Amino acid sequence: MKNCYINGLGCVSAQKTTESGFLDDIVFYDTNILPVINPNYKEYIPPAAARRMAKGVKMGVVASSLALKDAHVEVPDAIITGTGMGCLQDSEKFVSAIIDNDEEFLTPTSFIQSTHNTVGAQIALGLQCKAYNFTYVHSAISFESCLIDAQMKFNEDEASTILVGGVDEHGKHTNDLHHLIGHIKKEEAGNTDLINSKTEGSIFGEGAIFCTLSDEQTEHSYAKLVDVEIYSQLSEEHLESRIKTFLEANKLSIEDIDLIVLGNNGDLTFDSYYKTIEEGIFKNTQQVYYKHLSGEFNTASAFGFWLASKIIKKQEIPTLVKINDQPKKIYKNVLLYNQYRGENHSLVVLQSC
Amino acid sequence: MSKGVAITGMGIVSSIGNSVEENLNALLQSKHGISKISSIKTRHIDEIMVGEIDLSNEELIKQLNLPESQNYSRTALLGVVAAKQAVENAGISDINDCRTGLISATSVGGMDMTEKYYYQYLEDETNHKYIGGHHAGDSTHKIAEQLGITDFVTTISTACSSSANAIMLGARMIKAGKLDRVVVGGADCLSKFTINGFKTLMILSDTYCKPFDNDRTGLNLGEAAAFLILESDEIVAKENKKVLAYVSGYGNANDAFHQTASSENGEGATLAMQKAFKVSGILPEQIDYINAHGTATPNNDLSESIAIQRVFGSKIPDLSSTKGFTGHTLAAAAAIEAVYSILAIQHNLIFPNLNFNTAIAETGIVPVTKVKEKQINYVLSNSFGFGGNCSTLIFSKN
Repeated sequence: MKNCYINGLGCVSAQKTTESGFLDDIVFYDTNILPVINPNYKEYIPPAAARRMAKGVKMGVVASSLALKDAHVEVPDAIITGTGMGCLQDSEKFVSAIIDNDEEFLTPTSFIQSTHNTVGAQIALGLQCKAYNFTYVHSAISFESCLIDAQMKFNEDEASTILVGGVDEHGKHTNDLHHLIGHIKKEEAGNTDLINSKTEGSIFGEGAIFCTLSDEQTEHSYAKLVDVEIYSQLSEEHLESRIKTFLEANKLSIEDIDLIVLGNNGDLTFDSYYKTIEEGIFKNTQQVYYKHLSGEFNTASAFGFWLASKIIKKQEIPTLVKINDQPKKIYKNVLLYNQYRGENHSLVVLQSC
Repeated sequence: MSKGVAITGMGIVSSIGNSVEENLNALLQSKHGISKISSIKTRHIDEIMVGEIDLSNEELIKQLNLPESQNYSRTALLGVVAAKQAVENAGISDINDCRTGLISATSVGGMDMTEKYYYQYLEDETNHKYIGGHHAGDSTHKIAEQLGITDFVTTISTACSSSANAIMLGARMIKAGKLDRVVVGGADCLSKFTINGFKTLMILSDTYCKPFDNDRTGLNLGEAAAFLILESDEIVAKENKKVLAYVSGYGNANDAFHQTASSENGEGATLAMQKAFKVSGILPEQIDYINAHGTATPNNDLSESIAIQRVFGSKIPDLSSTKGFTGHTLAAAAAIEAVYSILAIQHNLIFPNLNFNTAIAETGIVPVTKVKEKQINYVLSNSFGFGGNCSTLIFSKN
């Protein structure tokens, strides 16, 4: 087994994550739709090219540039992207154009952009990277599928640096529909007290989070990616035993976990999964969450991955992500757990280098 | 040299048949499945030809015994039918008797329902059950539920190479020892979204597509689903499984040239084939048949021909594109062509490239146009997609 290190990070989100601080100036929202804080795209993309790019592509290009630069890598040996919905705004644009104009007067631009692998492809095109290029599109485990693939690539001796990321953008019509069916909260909840929400549904966000993974540790490495597993179906009652089995396979016990990063999204019905372990096996472990900062989206767990990597490197936890308050310790082994609406669960273990 | 990853089952629904048997018969009789659109309400009904599956959603729902409350897109329905066939073909009685995963591919996902109810959703609640089924992972999730697979389930979407990449990932996971068995393939239904999308790109043919012909005028779209069962050597030995063929090699590369067009020198395709040979450990001259991507667009067929010349030199093996039979089934294409490649190996046959008259002037490559019998040990199958995504799979007999 080869080691897999996180050597660079880039994050475009609803927080000031492209700036130098570490969640020390939290942006609060009183709506249920959290937009990203747009970086100065001109610094990364020529304006003429940027005009033709979908939002997801622009965010992806910025986050991936940051992640590569952070790791001092110019062109990676593989690009693996996760996205739940791809460039959703273009999909919406093309569907509504088809209906509104009764299939006439259509132009191909939005159809082309709507293809799920557009972000990964545009990054490759920009970098002139002819390497392996995959895109995973499986709801809440899209990003984790990328991590599993990347780990295998290292073991196959096919790569020594891999760009991995998760990206999703807001689509107005889609958000309206998710509001209608209660996947977005009916009332304007905002993000100040999401974890204590007593209603169903969540608040939705968008973002692009990329990391540069490598089989070699550098002095800049954030953490080591130890293992990843995904489960399509998992019941609350089997969650703890599943976690124990996963940890045991990595020669870790519950007590070895110094920090757990949870995907609570304020949905009364499904946050019970997190509650189970917050009050169960990880009762005495420091717990953090992040979806009040990022919003919920298919690849929001990549924001959790970014957060965990930063905490490990800095050995400090931003106050506003803490669920409980355990005495400060060295954060060596970190477990990430996420699921969406009770399906597509993922477990990830990170370790300090 | 490892013999690759065993394929122990396969299933398929396409416009030329609703089982492996029916597909084989149509291929042998040169009977294509291309006709004018009949099941989708579109203003292009008289000008566009497609490969439609002759089962309505209602028939599929009945066949699968789904409850009234079901919210399956057509992609999911087709996917479940093909995946169930594959599981049955592999003689699996308990899908969870070993670590089993599912990797599916799709490009349209639940778009057929989205485009149907897009505005109606806002007006009344009748079809709200379909809203959650729009995303690409939904059809995979439903296939997993129907097969009883609960752990490793994921979806790949890299446009028209998607299911080649699903097969590739599955083979890698078996080799890495992460799974003992994996169901791999893809599904895509027809939709107004794709019909109009390809129409705006002006790459749809107004008649039967003519892959590798000098006067080719574009592609026919099609719908299909196909799945393979891949199993580890241990499972094959333990259960004394019949092996249909092996996934011997695979490679993915990016053309990094243009979002929708292939490069003139076929760079990405060349790299994908070269990588597949490296994994397989065989030489180009050992390939007995190339099942080409051959969409019949002016751009693809020229670029692919040049790439094939770059890889094979002057000794180009027998080659055909089967898209004249089925149309281009997008994310499902590589999976249905994997089934055809395996059939070629099992029956020592090459299936014809329909509607071919004149070789492309620049390359002079002449495909096989009639069913041809010959010993087939290795088949190379290409699949390329938007975003420069180029994939090659190599299947072997032993």
